[in-house]
Amino acid sequence: MSDHQYTPKSKFGKWFNDRLPLLTLANHLTDYPTPKNLNYWWTFGGILTFCLITQIVTGLVLAMHYIAHADMAFDSVEHIMRDVNYGWLIRYIHANGASMFFLAVYIHIFRSLFYGSYKAPREIIWIIGIIIYLLMMAAAFMGYVLPWGQMSFWGATVITNLFSAIPLVGEGIVTWLWGGYSVDNPTLTRFFTLHYLIPFLILGLVVLHIWALHVPGNNNPVGIDIQKPSKDTVPFHPYIVIKDGFALLMFIIVFAFFVFYTPNILGHADNYIEANPLVTPAHIVPEWYLLPFYAILRSVPDKLLGVIAMLSAIFILAALPWLDTSKIRSAVFRPLYRQFYWILVADVLILGYVGAMPAEGLYLLIARVATAYYFLHFLVVLPILGFKEKTLPIPLSITEPILGGSPNLAAAKNKESLDIK
Amino acid sequence: MSEKKTDRRDFLFTATYAVGAVGVAATIWPMIDQMNPDASVKALASTEVDVSSVNPGKTITVLWRGKPVFIRRRTQDEIAEAKSVSLQDLKHPEKDEDRAKNPEWLVMLGVCTHLGCVPLDQKGDYNGWFCPCHGSHYDISGRIRKGPAPTNMEIPKYEFVNANTIKIG
Repeated sequence: MSDHQYTPKSKFGKWFNDRLPLLTLANHLTDYPTPKNLNYWWTFGGILTFCLITQIVTGLVLAMHYIAHADMAFDSVEHIMRDVNYGWLIRYIHANGASMFFLAVYIHIFRSLFYGSYKAPREIIWIIGIIIYLLMMAAAFMGYVLPWGQMSFWGATVITNLFSAIPLVGEGIVTWLWGGYSVDNPTLTRFFTLHYLIPFLILGLVVLHIWALHVPGNNNPVGIDIQKPSKDTVPFHPYIVIKDGFALLMFIIVFAFFVFYTPNILGHADNYIEANPLVTPAHIVPEWYLLPFYAILRSVPDKLLGVIAMLSAIFILAALPWLDTSKIRSAVFRPLYRQFYWILVADVLILGYVGAMPAEGLYLLIARVATAYYFLHFLVVLPILGFKEKTLPIPLSITEPILGGSPNLAAAKNKESLDIK
Repeated sequence: MSEKKTDRRDFLFTATYAVGAVGVAATIWPMIDQMNPDASVKALASTEVDVSSVNPGKTITVLWRGKPVFIRRRTQDEIAEAKSVSLQDLKHPEKDEDRAKNPEWLVMLGVCTHLGCVPLDQKGDYNGWFCPCHGSHYDISGRIRKGPAPTNMEIPKYEFVNANTIKIG
């Protein structure tokens, strides 16, 4: 973003930077011009980076004590909890860390939905984000299998069986995924390997995500482009660093609350029972962060169509930049979209709730209505809204609304021209 | 546009790409196939079960290839019920005779054909099995009657070695 050429002050710095421009990169990251009206919803990118690093570090330590074998995995996790020094702490951070990671990513995604951050020219950032989200779900799912409890085993059975819905080759694919005729030791060892690999893939994609972000720069709450960098932006350091740091501290307080006071509230008691291939727990539920998609899966009475609906619910997000036809980014200036946005939030929360309930009676009916609405929102409401909605006048610059700019556009324009002088 | 002549070099390029592609595919295949069931898994292909202690109206569950197999000794009422169902009422039409060669014994994989959970015995709307995961109801012949499962529960290959022993697989 910054156009000025950077030259390190020290002689060694200059010598090094000529050979590998790391200092130029560091300078770009500190000086990176950031819209000065960013609110706290913009702090979740930094929080998510923290979550990823936390998962990698705690996961690395857990892997030093964990044994990926069907006969020993369950016991080795109990060994971590009881015998390993601070093993309980590290495992609880890792297990709750997954939930915190998803909490943050959902806020991050809904931030983008509200402020239209996925729109041109930021489509690639958005799509990379969706891929990261998919990988997060894969990593979380496989990680949940590793303790080899009842929920681990049956969760793995149900999710891998989703592939059996594919016509002709489905059964073959499932056998291939399992490495046998049921979820067993070969399945566990390969899940462990992939669970170890995926976070590093995510790390690579995060670099691309930030790189793609630094090309057009951040979106912002009013959703308009930066007019004059000198007036509309502040350097990333120290302004955004301090703000992100404060938000991170608040987030860590919530995180610590779960780890130290209710470390098991987000898990299932059934997972403290060792895996038993002969008994399915009476009520199988995935982790809370997968519940909306689980509700969509169950709301369709046909197996193949149910799987297609569930996957479409995720992949439809990748098409969002083209489904939303409105040129205005921020919901602040889209009075109708704002209402549909909150209906969608409620819809997803309802799906999450019914996903945790038994698939029968009224719950099933609610799940079906909510599933239909979910797709309606993206496939019908958003494309039409862009043409029909009467949007509010957008400000001339980021600075204007902050300085109490007049709603009278002419006056504001006048003021802007005065400022330029 | 001038007509491009195919020369010796084009031929060499195409031939090199083709050989390269075959080489890459031949290298990738072992990487993929190693994930398929290995020899030790395949070796556990059959299991013999003593069923002499199973009374009518009872089901036992045995493990075969890591999967549960239900062996139910059905009562006369249950056999009559299973035979009385009209094929038109079935989502996956199969006669009871074809599923249980010896009508007294129903031997089937205790795996829901929806997403692989183990259905519960003597539960559900059809007095057969009920899958707690996503609500599939099976009748006393293990046929899907209601819910998301697409097909009846699978009948494995099995035979009576003698009056009291069933060999599965």
